[in-house]
Amino acid sequence: MDYFIELLFGGLTRGSIYALIALGYTMVYGIIGLINFAHGEIYMIGAFTSFIVATVLSIYGFPLLAIVVIAALAAAVWSSAYGVTIEKIAYRPLRHAPRLSPLISAIGMSIFLQNYVLLAQTSDFLPFPALIPEFAFMEPVAHIVGSSDLVILITTTLVMFALTLLIKFTRIGKAMRATAQDRTMAMLVGINVDRVISATFVIGSALAALGGMLIASHIGQINFYIGFLAGIKAFTAAVLGGIGSIPGAVLGSLVLGLTESFATGYVSSDYEDVFAFSLLVLILIFKPSGLLGKAETKKV
Amino acid sequence: MSEAILNVSNLTMDFGGIRALDSVDIEIHRGEIVALIGPNGAGKTTFFNCLTGIYTPSAGEIQLRHPETGKKSRLNGMKPNKITEKGMARTFQNIRLFANMSVLENVMIGRHCRSHALIFGAIFRNPATRKEEREIVDISYQILKKVGLHKQVNEQAKNLSYGAQRRLEIARALATDPFLLLLDEPAAGMNPQETEALINLIRLICSEGHSILLIEHDMKLVMSLSDRIFVMDYGKKIAQGTPEEVRSNPAVIKAYLGEDVDA
Amino acid sequence: MFPVKELKRSLFVSIWFAFLTFPIMVIKVDPIERIVSWRWDNMIFVAIGSFVLSILAKVYFVRKERRAGSKKAQTVLTEPYVHRILREPRFLYPLSLAVLTFAILFPHLFSAYQTNIMTTALMYVVLGLGLNIVVGVAGLLDLGYVAFYAVGAYSYALLNMHFGLSFWLAMPIGGLLAAFVGVLLGFPVLRLRGDYLAIVTLGFGEIIRLVLENWNDFSQGPSGIANISRPGFFGIDMSFSASINYIYYLVVGLVVVTIFVVNRLQSSRLGRAWLALREDEIACQAMGIDKTKTKLIAFSLGAFWAGLVGVIFAAKTTFVNPASFTFLESAIILSIVVLGGMGSIVGVILGALTLILLPEYLRALSEYRMLAFGAILVIMMIFRPEGLISNVRRSYRFKKQTSSESE
Ligand SMILES: Nc1ncnc2c1ncn2[C@@H]1O[C@H](COP(=O)(O)OP(=O)(O)OP(=O)(O)O)[C@@H](O)[C@H]1O
Ligand SMILES: [Mg+2]
Repeated sequence: MDYFIELLFGGLTRGSIYALIALGYTMVYGIIGLINFAHGEIYMIGAFTSFIVATVLSIYGFPLLAIVVIAALAAAVWSSAYGVTIEKIAYRPLRHAPRLSPLISAIGMSIFLQNYVLLAQTSDFLPFPALIPEFAFMEPVAHIVGSSDLVILITTTLVMFALTLLIKFTRIGKAMRATAQDRTMAMLVGINVDRVISATFVIGSALAALGGMLIASHIGQINFYIGFLAGIKAFTAAVLGGIGSIPGAVLGSLVLGLTESFATGYVSSDYEDVFAFSLLVLILIFKPSGLLGKAETKKV
Repeated sequence: MSEAILNVSNLTMDFGGIRALDSVDIEIHRGEIVALIGPNGAGKTTFFNCLTGIYTPSAGEIQLRHPETGKKSRLNGMKPNKITEKGMARTFQNIRLFANMSVLENVMIGRHCRSHALIFGAIFRNPATRKEEREIVDISYQILKKVGLHKQVNEQAKNLSYGAQRRLEIARALATDPFLLLLDEPAAGMNPQETEALINLIRLICSEGHSILLIEHDMKLVMSLSDRIFVMDYGKKIAQGTPEEVRSNPAVIKAYLGEDVDA
Repeated sequence: MFPVKELKRSLFVSIWFAFLTFPIMVIKVDPIERIVSWRWDNMIFVAIGSFVLSILAKVYFVRKERRAGSKKAQTVLTEPYVHRILREPRFLYPLSLAVLTFAILFPHLFSAYQTNIMTTALMYVVLGLGLNIVVGVAGLLDLGYVAFYAVGAYSYALLNMHFGLSFWLAMPIGGLLAAFVGVLLGFPVLRLRGDYLAIVTLGFGEIIRLVLENWNDFSQGPSGIANISRPGFFGIDMSFSASINYIYYLVVGLVVVTIFVVNRLQSSRLGRAWLALREDEIACQAMGIDKTKTKLIAFSLGAFWAGLVGVIFAAKTTFVNPASFTFLESAIILSIVVLGGMGSIVGVILGALTLILLPEYLRALSEYRMLAFGAILVIMMIFRPEGLISNVRRSYRFKKQTSSESE
């Protein structure tokens, strides 16, 4: 039973991190119809930025709380800046190009960013400072659920809640929904679509950066290559939930996180990634509209 | 009258909540020019899309009968390319040419379903393949001559004028050897001279043994060409008959002019 | 010539990039020794570099706009002279002959080391031409192309290890197996929309690699399979350098065959259908083209070529392991096709030679190889989506009165 609960929480933790990344995929896809292949790299850059900032601050002797807050802010700011810049350089000029052009551009961007970090930093795995302390009150259950699991779950729940409010009630949230529904129409009623797209990249990137920081401190190490796998898995989650749908992304992420956790726990851990990739292939073949997405019919 | 070559009964198409076609019955006979008219959004293009297999209709029957062999086939759920092979081809309202291919190549694509060479033929260019390829080029060129585009064979399709692109759409569809040709607003965007030439072209095509079903908003063209007219509104067939009958039908006038005007 | 406003903009761009790259480019921490190094010089490079690049991009767009303005007058006349050379047999044939002669003499003019590098580059030419059928001609973005390469390589490695199968038998088997796998995968996925197809093929490529890595009983896992036989020549044992030349000529032969076949395919009924499918699938179907079948042929033909090169790869290196078949390998081949020009044979050849040989000879560059491949994909899409050398379409001439006389 303990083992089951351990796997359950492991799966939820995984799932909520996937959700933070998957939201970026789904929001960007909803608005400009592009699979932002470089999103995994945004996540990696977020993790890297928080790693650099946290390590510098800890060397200079800052208190833990300050380190956590500043590192999280820095990760969010810089990841958003990368997101917006990438959109402007690599996607915006291709808005009216054939559908595959921005995707190829996105793949190029992803490879570029990976190697940019590799060259500017290192190809080694780096130890990530422990940002989340072991809480004393978690002591009795620590062998099943770690403190960082708890922090991740609470943080992501709060973030999701905030995101829902933002999209439901704020001006920019409404503009985003309008643009996602019909870009031309949104433009006609006076919405600045360029700004909405930038805002989408800012939000998506900041969420991914947060996810990057949380998972890196949970696992305890990072590397320039972590974005590839995390990106694909989060994309799998987004498609599983129905790409373009925000609740879908969260649902898909939790389902993916839990299945991965149980499959590796009870079956075999050798094929952990094969499992996610197979799921991706199967969903796209059999139900490309996902759990909560709408099937689209092309107008002719 | 002879047996119909196209027999549609009870055709219905739903998009989510919208019923774009509501139990439409239509039949077309050999050698006829039939027009399908109706206000914008009436469901005319949707009707074509259901016939040609691009949409799968929610309900109803579509039957095609080959005028020579008399072979009947039920088209519901058949793939678009199979339907074209059966002998029904179409043009598109919002032009869908292969923009970056030449005019001739566009028409040659139409010959695809009447030719066979695959990998082996492509690589070894055996006599049969060479002969087939020559025929494709010949026939395509003849068709282009018919529609008056033979001077622009090597031009890219996207560089043609609007009217020429519409004629190229017709040429491409003709290349598939259809006995029934569906034209979706062939005169849209044409000037009066071009429309006049188009009327003659359609007559010529019909006289060569192709039956025609066309959607058109240009009433002059419709009235001067059609043997019979079907009128649709809100997905329903509201009238049918000869041009004279339709012209004086109160339901038609109401559909076109709105609720307030009584005929 | 340059208004102050533009300079200000470029200055802003340069400040923005200095800020953007600050944490990654400037700070470097050593978490173990707890040392922070501040590399301010990098920030200066970034600032100057982005300033210059932004001005260059601006100049490019201004000139492009100006050209678009005066375009109508001269569209017909400005056919690039590369195309004229490619179109005119009297230029093309002597040129090809010269290139072929050079290729044949290559091992005698250069060292075995150079020949080996050239062999690798030519293998990428074939891979590029194979992927070109799929991506360039038929417009199917295949991000898992390397999987078929792996199928070819492993089929020779395994068949050779277990049954001592010879290279010459393995060639067709490897190619056909790859094509068969292509059909198996293609059948369910080819009806997907373009971007989904790309992701599915990527996922499939990774699955193949992960299976090879984890299924130890089958593939010997990450350590791979060693001591694969080199290709034999009627049972004669060859010296090491002779076998390098032998494989080189084999690959040259394969390149020639591939060019011939791809060229013929492109100007065939099938090639036309592929092009048309890339342009408009719905119109294609309405014109009677069987979408799935036509795509499947392109997909499995591409896979076939990857399988062939896979067998040669295994024979050349006498060793295979899963690390040779990562997604990056697919991305490199894709860069070759995109840089060279989708659908253009000459373009792909030049693309492969540039991308593979340049980093080999400019050692200083080799570190930046993957960075450059990524940048190439982005830059080409934005500035020159048709590639360095765009595809030349065949044109037809007709005599006045009667029907046809093609070419
Ligand atoms: N793929 C689709 N999904 C949802 N609704 C659709 C789709 N295709 C058509 N419709 C709807 O069906 C109705 C009929 O459209 P259709 O294009 O058939 O009209 P039409 O008679 O051809 O009009 P027009 O004369 O403007 O071409 C419209 O309300 C349209 O919005
Ligand atoms: Mg219509």
